[in-house]
Amino acid sequence: MTVAACKRFSAPADLERFRDELRRRPPAAARTVRVCIGTGCTARGSHKVYELFTQALKEVGAKAEAAKCVGCHGFCERGPIVVVQPGDILYQRVEEPDVAEIFRETIMGGRVVERLLYEDPATKARARTSAEIPFYKAQQRIVLAHNGEIDPKRIEDYVAVGGYSALAKALATMTPEEVLSEVEKSGLRGRGGGGFPTGRKWRSCREAPGEPKYVICNGDEGDPGAFMDRSVMEGNPHSVIEGMIIGAYAVGSRQGYLYVRNEYPLAVEHLKLAIAQAREFGLLGEDILGTGFEFDIRINRGGGAFVCGESTALMASLEGRPGEPRAKYVHTVEHGLWDKPSNLNNVETWANVPAILNNGSGWFAAIGTAKSKGTKVFSLVGEVVNTGLIEVPMGMTLRQIIFDIGGGVKGGKAFKGVQTGGPSGGCIPAQFLDAPVDFDELTRLGSMMGSGGMIVMSEDTCMVNVARYFTHFLMDESCGKCTPCREGLAQMLAILDRITHGEGQPGDIDQLRKMAGLLEGAALCALGKTAANPVMSTLRYFRQEYDAHIIEKRCPAKQCRGLFRYEISVERCKACGLCRKHCPAEAISGAKKTPHVIDQQKCTRCGMCLEKCPFDSVLKV
Amino acid sequence: MNRWFAAGQETRRAREKRMADETLVEEIVRRYDGEIGMLIPMMQDLQTACGYLAVDQLKRLAEKLEVPLSRLYAVATFYSSFRLAPKGQHEVTLCVGTVCHLKGAGAISEMIREAFKVEAGGTTPDGLFSFQPVNCVGACALAPVMIVNGKYYDGVSKDSVLKILHGLPLAEPAVKGEGNK
Repeated sequence: MTVAACKRFSAPADLERFRDELRRRPPAAARTVRVCIGTGCTARGSHKVYELFTQALKEVGAKAEAAKCVGCHGFCERGPIVVVQPGDILYQRVEEPDVAEIFRETIMGGRVVERLLYEDPATKARARTSAEIPFYKAQQRIVLAHNGEIDPKRIEDYVAVGGYSALAKALATMTPEEVLSEVEKSGLRGRGGGGFPTGRKWRSCREAPGEPKYVICNGDEGDPGAFMDRSVMEGNPHSVIEGMIIGAYAVGSRQGYLYVRNEYPLAVEHLKLAIAQAREFGLLGEDILGTGFEFDIRINRGGGAFVCGESTALMASLEGRPGEPRAKYVHTVEHGLWDKPSNLNNVETWANVPAILNNGSGWFAAIGTAKSKGTKVFSLVGEVVNTGLIEVPMGMTLRQIIFDIGGGVKGGKAFKGVQTGGPSGGCIPAQFLDAPVDFDELTRLGSMMGSGGMIVMSEDTCMVNVARYFTHFLMDESCGKCTPCREGLAQMLAILDRITHGEGQPGDIDQLRKMAGLLEGAALCALGKTAANPVMSTLRYFRQEYDAHIIEKRCPAKQCRGLFRYEISVERCKACGLCRKHCPAEAISGAKKTPHVIDQQKCTRCGMCLEKCPFDSVLKV
Repeated sequence: MNRWFAAGQETRRAREKRMADETLVEEIVRRYDGEIGMLIPMMQDLQTACGYLAVDQLKRLAEKLEVPLSRLYAVATFYSSFRLAPKGQHEVTLCVGTVCHLKGAGAISEMIREAFKVEAGGTTPDGLFSFQPVNCVGACALAPVMIVNGKYYDGVSKDSVLKILHGLPLAEPAVKGEGNK
């Protein structure tokens, strides 16, 4: 720790001086190594990899800081990811035994370990840096700009890359009104799902009568298949905090809340640390940067309820009550937390704010489409080759995202659809692959932006089953306060259950439509109002699959048990007898050297034979 | 309080436990200045310390905060992360998020429930493990994912899950002093 690190900044100039000092510091070693500790990489053992690097550095007498833990790089499919500087050499799928080689060859010797580089599956060309990998090439990173570059536990790292300069600029040279109008002009819209203009929200809160005012960050990322906010909170927590302080200044708030999902312990740890550091440096608390502005942030962990992602439910939870939403005709910007004016934004929205102030609203507004500005982070998951976190300008087409960046569908299967917007989003079929992705276009297609989950589905996915899954999810997570949501979803699920079990009836689809209309019109909150989206969007684009289930009692994707048969391929069967041994219904017959046969009368369609066959000779037909 | 004296006299051990519980609850309430808005964090801390929310401790917390016990019960039953019964020796979390679901997590969950006679959110009859299916752990690149005592297992199948869970050691009934980990 330097002298500067121990004292509070009492003026914006102090911060700049500290930044200069940090930048002038020589690097810890000639070559440094960054190890990703995002969730994906950690799960594959990146912590151990990091430890081995520090150990190796210690043994040769180098500074331990030459190895750094950094946030998610996004390329989770290829984790654990290790980057060596200078040269930005990206190694993927690094395992413990590889550490010694990287250390010897690259860090000590300056040579590249070819076998650990990313290999393009098509061209077989090896990419040395991230910039050469197709997954990264088409991305434009604003929110994730420093993820994977800085150590999220060190405020010095954030300051060195320009952190808190936007805050200093706002406090020293701009009035709250100027900050507000800058955000308004940028065209930034809420990244949490609704896409409400951020600047307008801030203004309503600022102008609402009542004191104190609250600023809230929604980090209750509950959508399954989405981990954008988590990666930002874990990988660059200071960017969220800086955004919140700027927002508080614009809105006129002195107390902020960060509501973080319970399943994200690492995010809580990093945010807590970041808040403590910001306080220590005089960037949070009383008299921020010596300007007299006062603001502090408290962290609350969620209790594990999806509905708390809804703003009024989240505020109820912050008040220590069950997270039940209330009607929204009373706006939270006027009557929010403790009935006071409250401004709530999502993690990604807050993280955009410093970049907007630093580069100007014009710069931000130049990115994206007419009504959706800037970039959006998506978690690209499901049956896609390159699972991971991506950030692209608004308006990029689904095809570019899924095929150019994502590398297409896994296993060379045909693309069936992509589910966007979380559980209450919708499925978009192949014919709209060239649609530009922005708030309005996705809504027009019957889905929505949501928080940015993108789940790719192949021909093997049964869309009725997908609709059933999301309906089940939403029924489980419905808080139960209003009847349409509590009872309606249960009834819709019962119908979908019937259909996927082969007991569908001709009137079922009309009934589903009727209830969907009821939900949309009568439910209390956004969860209920949009809960029929998965059913409605699959009905809109995949009606034939519903019909196949109901009328022909057949599941075209061969996923719904009982709606397809198992058969043994005569050509492929090696007559090993494993399937016969494991069949619980004794439905398989066959002797040595003669292909086995399933007795369809006895078969219970349990799928055991398919699981046990070592030669892939059991087919679904 | 009457419960403690119902049997006539409180044993020394029971008394010690009660005192320790009281200090714990008081400590937690103090940590948040007794602010009712921090009820959820308080209950989270209590659960972290004890592994679950015991009725006696909830009663004490309600008394200290001067709110009806029903309010705490409402919170405890609304949020899925709270448990009102002791947890098993191991913690098994299965991701049933969309991607894991597409890759078969639903069938795995069903199999665990059947094979180990355990409910979602419950504990096996022998106390071996608590089973919690969760919506998404954000590790979609590893789907389907199971987490056992914090260790991630990626790309699990019915077979591999059975192997992992059957391999869990069943220790002797909880020894004193081990509970607060």
